[in-house]
Amino acid sequence: MYRYDEYDQAIVDARVAEFRDQVARRLNNEISEEAFKPLRLMNGLYLQLHAYMLRVAIPYGTLDSRQLRMLAHIARRYDRGYGHFTTRQNIQYNWIKLEETPDLLADLASVEMHAFQTSGNCIRNISSDQFAAAAADEIADPRPYAELLRQWSTLHPEFSFLPRKFKIAVTGSATDRAAIQLHDIGLQLVHGPGGEIGLKVLVGGGMGRTPMLAHVIREFLPVADYLGYMEAILRVYNRHGRRDNIYKARIKILVNDLGPAEFAAQVEAEWAQLKPLGLDPPPSELARIAAHFAPPVLAADAPVDIDLSNPEFANWVAVNTHPHKVPGHAIVTISLKAPGEIPGDASADQMDLIADLAQAHAGDEIRVTHAQNLVLPHVRRDALFTIWQALHAAGLATANLDRASDIISCPGLDYCTLANARSIPIAQKLAVRLARQEADLGELKIKISGCINGCGHHHAGHVGILGVDRKGEENYQLLLGGSGAEDASLARILGPGFDEDGIVAAVDKVIGRYMTLRAGPDERFLDTYRRVGAEPFKEAVYG
Amino acid sequence: MPRLLTGNRLETGDVIWWTGDGWSLHLNDAVAVDDGGEALIAQFSPQERINDLALIDVDPAPGGWRPRTTRERVRAVGPSVRPDFALPSLPVDAI
Repeated sequence: MYRYDEYDQAIVDARVAEFRDQVARRLNNEISEEAFKPLRLMNGLYLQLHAYMLRVAIPYGTLDSRQLRMLAHIARRYDRGYGHFTTRQNIQYNWIKLEETPDLLADLASVEMHAFQTSGNCIRNISSDQFAAAAADEIADPRPYAELLRQWSTLHPEFSFLPRKFKIAVTGSATDRAAIQLHDIGLQLVHGPGGEIGLKVLVGGGMGRTPMLAHVIREFLPVADYLGYMEAILRVYNRHGRRDNIYKARIKILVNDLGPAEFAAQVEAEWAQLKPLGLDPPPSELARIAAHFAPPVLAADAPVDIDLSNPEFANWVAVNTHPHKVPGHAIVTISLKAPGEIPGDASADQMDLIADLAQAHAGDEIRVTHAQNLVLPHVRRDALFTIWQALHAAGLATANLDRASDIISCPGLDYCTLANARSIPIAQKLAVRLARQEADLGELKIKISGCINGCGHHHAGHVGILGVDRKGEENYQLLLGGSGAEDASLARILGPGFDEDGIVAAVDKVIGRYMTLRAGPDERFLDTYRRVGAEPFKEAVYG
Repeated sequence: MPRLLTGNRLETGDVIWWTGDGWSLHLNDAVAVDDGGEALIAQFSPQERINDLALIDVDPAPGGWRPRTTRERVRAVGPSVRPDFALPSLPVDAI
């Protein structure tokens, strides 16, 4: 785990003090709401439908038990006893009071956390692979690279007022668990011709109103140069990105307008100008950061075989754990998607329990996934039963990872001022309806957004649902064929939309048709869709 | 069509409704402001104590009002998925 140095802590403490003063002045009417609003947004504080919402950054989705306990404390002390883990590995609190926010932020700062750059047209939280440092298939831990990006992008004076918000994801594996093709910049650690580690650079991906997959603009970038190269990308975007139209301001529009080759050429030219300035830190700095991420020492002789005679436990192990790179260990995904519950929500008590389990059994680490689940990355297999029992007692042992009831859902119109329709009730109904058959369905990723901004990643869903407004009433479009993984694709709208009951029935029909079309039990819905196209599903839904 | 004046309290973000002589958390305490709504917004805006002042369309309903849009019904009651937090403005299942 990275620990703040005196510079990191000083920056965060100063920001808390500054915001405390700004809040006091606003409450005393010394500054107007018009002047104050951008200041509170810079500190992650939105005004939503029912109250203020605070979005707290969780860099690359990594927490230790001390930090998760603080998130639980904040849920109890300042909210209504729960938090919502988001699709960018952050956490949101829905019932925050402005007058209490400075104290909340001071509590957060005491565990090296903050909420700034979780809003606004700046570089947002750097996201990463939730299996980092544990996955057997990774080249190297991506988080040191993400941490250096975090430090570089924090309060970067040149990039605090970009044309639009900017999201970066970093992964160390060819198996993409970080959706790098759907970010403004996606970075993938790769080997060079000599076996050295470098980065493949993708630019211009994104969801929202104009979904696009990213383009590779460099197949191999030496590690020593990557920060300067990021600076060059951001400079080209900052210079040429559109500021006249909010809907055309993301970097994907610029890359698309210029063409990836021309965009890459401009980045290379900018980089050539920057390189002599020596912006990149010395290798020792990256090494210093990387030392913080040394994985826990795991016993190589831990037993691989464990007692799986309890069928419910055995099923959970089969569905919700992954092989660890060290034999005798596992990566545990804790589902926050019990059918009928709110996707991504966790109570303070649940957070405390998971913190306890992480401290006792998982190298004191917890990860947040972009699919709104939590992960214990370093677990001995012979501790799995103890962990499962504790999770089971807390309603956290749902065995549904990447299955039909493991639904991504934004808060939607139940909380969000931008939303046109509710997302969560659709997720709840579908999860309850599909849970019984999901073992037979295999991998099926359903993703629901309550508006075109796409926080629920509907364009990356095998089955995507988009809530829209139709004369003040909720309506839902059905999309099929998306993926946010290494086989990324954008889902396409199947046909006219539905009301709340209609969309649930329509998904049922799509799944029913899939069951008759699939080549075998191992062919995923997505593969069947890609093989047969949309027409059979259109016929099933619309007749 | 009746119109109500609503906004969010600065200090807490709470949804509040104009009652004719003050503000209430409860939709059914609200009074219709109709053509006087813009004047009230002009009166309250400079005071800078209530955010996102807005006039919304409602229909009369047993015991009070029913906002015309789903968005405003959710604002009035609370998240439909957390009935434990619901205000008694409308039945949650009537959102």
